[in-house]
Amino acid sequence: MTYLIEGETGDWEVVIGLEVHAQIVSKAKLFSGSATDFGAEPNTQVSLVDAAMPGMLPVVNEHCIEQAVRTGLGLKAKINLNSAFDRKNYFYADLPQGYQISQLYHPIVGEGKVTLDFKDGQTREIGIERLHIEQDAGKSLHDQDPKRTFVDLNRSGVGLMEIVSKPDMRSPEEAAAYVTKLRAILRYLGTCDGEMSEGSMRADVNVSVRKVGETGLRTRAEVKNVNSIRFLQQAIEHEAERQVEVYESGGQVVQETRLFDASTGETRPMRAKEHAHDYRYFPDPDLPPLELTEEYVAEIKKNLPELPDEKKKRFISEYGLSAYDAGVLVAEKENAEYFEAVAKGGGGKGRDAKLAANWVTANLFGALNAKDLSITESPVPAENLGSLIDLITGETISGRMAKEVFEEMMETGKAPGAIVEEKGLKQITDVSAIEAAIDEIIAGNLGQVEQFKSGNEKVIGWFVGQVMKATQGKANPQMVNELLRKKLAG
Amino acid sequence: MTSALNHLTIAEAGEGLAKGDFTSEELTAACLKAMDAQRQLNAFITETPELALKRAKASDTRRAKGQALGAMDGIPVAVKDLFCTEGVLTTAASHILDGFVPTYESTVSANLRDAGAVMLGKTNMDEFAMGSSNETSYYGPVLSPWKGKDGKDLAPGGSSGGSAAAVAARLCLGAAGTDTGGSIRQPASFCGVVGLKPTYGRCSRWGTVAFASSLDQAGPLTRTVLDAAIMLQAMAGHDPKDSTSAPLDAPDFSKAPGAGVKGLRVGIPKEYRVDGMAGEIEDLWKKGAQWLKQAGAEIIGVSLPHSKYALPAYYIVAPAEASANLARYDGVRYGLRVEGDSLDDMYMNTRGQGFGKEVRRRVLIGAYVLSAGFYDAYYAKAQKTRTLIARDFERAFESVDVLLTPTAPSAAFAIGEKMDDPIAMYLNDVFTVPASMAGLPGISVPAGLNGDGLPLGLQLIAKAFDEETLLSAAQALETAAGFEGKADAF
Repeated sequence: MTYLIEGETGDWEVVIGLEVHAQIVSKAKLFSGSATDFGAEPNTQVSLVDAAMPGMLPVVNEHCIEQAVRTGLGLKAKINLNSAFDRKNYFYADLPQGYQISQLYHPIVGEGKVTLDFKDGQTREIGIERLHIEQDAGKSLHDQDPKRTFVDLNRSGVGLMEIVSKPDMRSPEEAAAYVTKLRAILRYLGTCDGEMSEGSMRADVNVSVRKVGETGLRTRAEVKNVNSIRFLQQAIEHEAERQVEVYESGGQVVQETRLFDASTGETRPMRAKEHAHDYRYFPDPDLPPLELTEEYVAEIKKNLPELPDEKKKRFISEYGLSAYDAGVLVAEKENAEYFEAVAKGGGGKGRDAKLAANWVTANLFGALNAKDLSITESPVPAENLGSLIDLITGETISGRMAKEVFEEMMETGKAPGAIVEEKGLKQITDVSAIEAAIDEIIAGNLGQVEQFKSGNEKVIGWFVGQVMKATQGKANPQMVNELLRKKLAG
Repeated sequence: MTSALNHLTIAEAGEGLAKGDFTSEELTAACLKAMDAQRQLNAFITETPELALKRAKASDTRRAKGQALGAMDGIPVAVKDLFCTEGVLTTAASHILDGFVPTYESTVSANLRDAGAVMLGKTNMDEFAMGSSNETSYYGPVLSPWKGKDGKDLAPGGSSGGSAAAVAARLCLGAAGTDTGGSIRQPASFCGVVGLKPTYGRCSRWGTVAFASSLDQAGPLTRTVLDAAIMLQAMAGHDPKDSTSAPLDAPDFSKAPGAGVKGLRVGIPKEYRVDGMAGEIEDLWKKGAQWLKQAGAEIIGVSLPHSKYALPAYYIVAPAEASANLARYDGVRYGLRVEGDSLDDMYMNTRGQGFGKEVRRRVLIGAYVLSAGFYDAYYAKAQKTRTLIARDFERAFESVDVLLTPTAPSAAFAIGEKMDDPIAMYLNDVFTVPASMAGLPGISVPAGLNGDGLPLGLQLIAKAFDEETLLSAAQALETAAGFEGKADAF
């Protein structure tokens, strides 16, 4: 996994830390009762508080606090029973209060960790520095009018969790794996929907480089506006290379905020130094400190769902899956649920878990990918895939036929039994029927029989093909094989 | 006879209304007539005669049906223009809120309205409650109904100057004010009326334009202590929309003034003296202690050693909070907008022209004390000082029940006298600020006249949420003082 940038003066490594903003799943905003639905008409989800009307006061939404605690527990982090809100002051048209309520001095969650799994079976632990709660700003719409900017306050006041990692990542791939894993954990917890395209999960990346062997950290640049995992990797690659070039041409990297431009794949300075913000943080006098009890945290912990790491372990031990298959299945909560529904179904008896894993990861994922569908949109519900597997293990259809049936299931959404019935695909397992077909082939092809008898074993394959053809592929291939050998030998 | 109805106290008017001696409409009309006659005082920014008569009639109708709401039903009051009032222009005496008509009613004014009180209009004040003379108002200074010996126009004090002047001039029976560092008590002292600042958290701040959130507290200005108790009853109470509102039911305050002071321990803090304080204030203070002693109280000398740091610490904390609270007045959503070539230009034009000099001064002080590199030296230190001040009071209240001090270090001064010396102006609050910093209730009771015939107040300070003791002691002072001072304006 070593990622090095070859420079003229030697090899450089890249040091990456991430600040992920995750929108809290909550019906109401962090400090007001307004709705938080994505895609609503501009300025239809705005209360007096969100618009910062004179005299309005924030009242904390307890559900958002619970979600943050839940997330902290999911990140195996320390929950701070005492935390507090601070005001971060700056002027912008889509920030009605003129400050953002955040948690600088006393965040609700302290240090934790996220474990990354790689394809080669290796794992790596990335440290979490802290998680704090804050309000989102509104949105400035610059493209509605040539001269004016419009402001949409629907997002103003929506609750966010800012999850800050330690500078533990050393390659764009690790950063991508971290965001992917973090997203999975949040989605398992139900605390963030992880929709990067809708902006409900956004990442700011801190990038610095250093010579291999150096232990200290060099100056970092913060890259903003990275809204997909692919862009995240691009941004890191570009930024690291830029910094190496700066050092190697005798310059110094300056601490600054840079903006990622998806159209060029490059980063550029976001604001000039004279505009550098002094946020003048101070405790928000409108909100008393947040005090949680041990019991409150314990109650949330008790009701925590099974998370990807635990689920993976269980899939390996309970279903005998390979670490790789288990990893692939647990990456998305819905995939894991789908797999378990298939594996556990079948009238309570359970099904061949490896076969189920295989069908889900190879056939189903492939087919869904080709159709650009998510698993929740799958035309084949878990129940139907399970029935298909039952048809295979019950020898009603062959594996080859099953593929054909599956294709039909993907196209029509019909149950496998119905398709088998309709197409008359039922496997022939009747000995006498298969024998009759074999006898006919043998009688008509005595030359090939001779060849077999003189020791050409390969010709058996030809006979199998002929029998399958004669039965329209419905004969049980194993039985055909056995009976043929018996007859040809006889 | 009707012409004198506006000279009644709230308690007297309540009796008269109950007995049917006159109607709320007659009472209200008397006040409106007095407001007309005294318009040169500039006590009101907005008069609402039609609304007042409508509410008065509604009160009379209720009463006729035997559904009178209580002691405030039908009582005409004035409301400081810091309280947002539904459908009625609300300005905070600032140019920047030009044309702002709220769609909502502040909790305190709604509580008054729901208790049947009749709002006569919105009183003038220092801009955003920043000032001690009511001269920083965009709508011009309020004149005290009292005149200097030489006939000079006097300042009514501030920032609730319009409310104090309106009560003193008998334009209303009571007025709602707000007190951040003395803004109820100091003008009450200057105008010879009672002014009560309740415990921080007793009255909701929801819908009141914020100056300094950790200090702002609404309270009544009235002619008698009993009236203050009656009016506070209607204003106070827990409000879930304000996270700093105390979750306590208000006790029956109206019983407190009659409770007497036998055995009450009254502390005299030795630090409440400043250089150049008039001897007659010192004498009145001693006289006050004497009165309480004669009424059965015990007088005990106490020390509040950190008192001298209260004013400087206040002028760090309050501007710091104000600098953030006033950030929302940015020309984007409501109030004044002065266009510019860019967003930053628009901000500068709007805020530069929309805020007066004193407001700009405090916003700048606040931004400065919170800025990087100065936070620890100023804001953090001021907060520590605040803790020490609160501890001083806690210690003192181990041995006494209430503290007696002068309200202000001087009587009213002439309009214009201190406007170019902000430090001299700030010193007006030197005796009121410590209780504000500690969140404690304080009341100013008119106790006598100085050599120039101008009123002087004495201040009582009680433990948090012990307004009842405060009112009992205040009543004893009021009774003993027998203050009959009448302003020149009527």
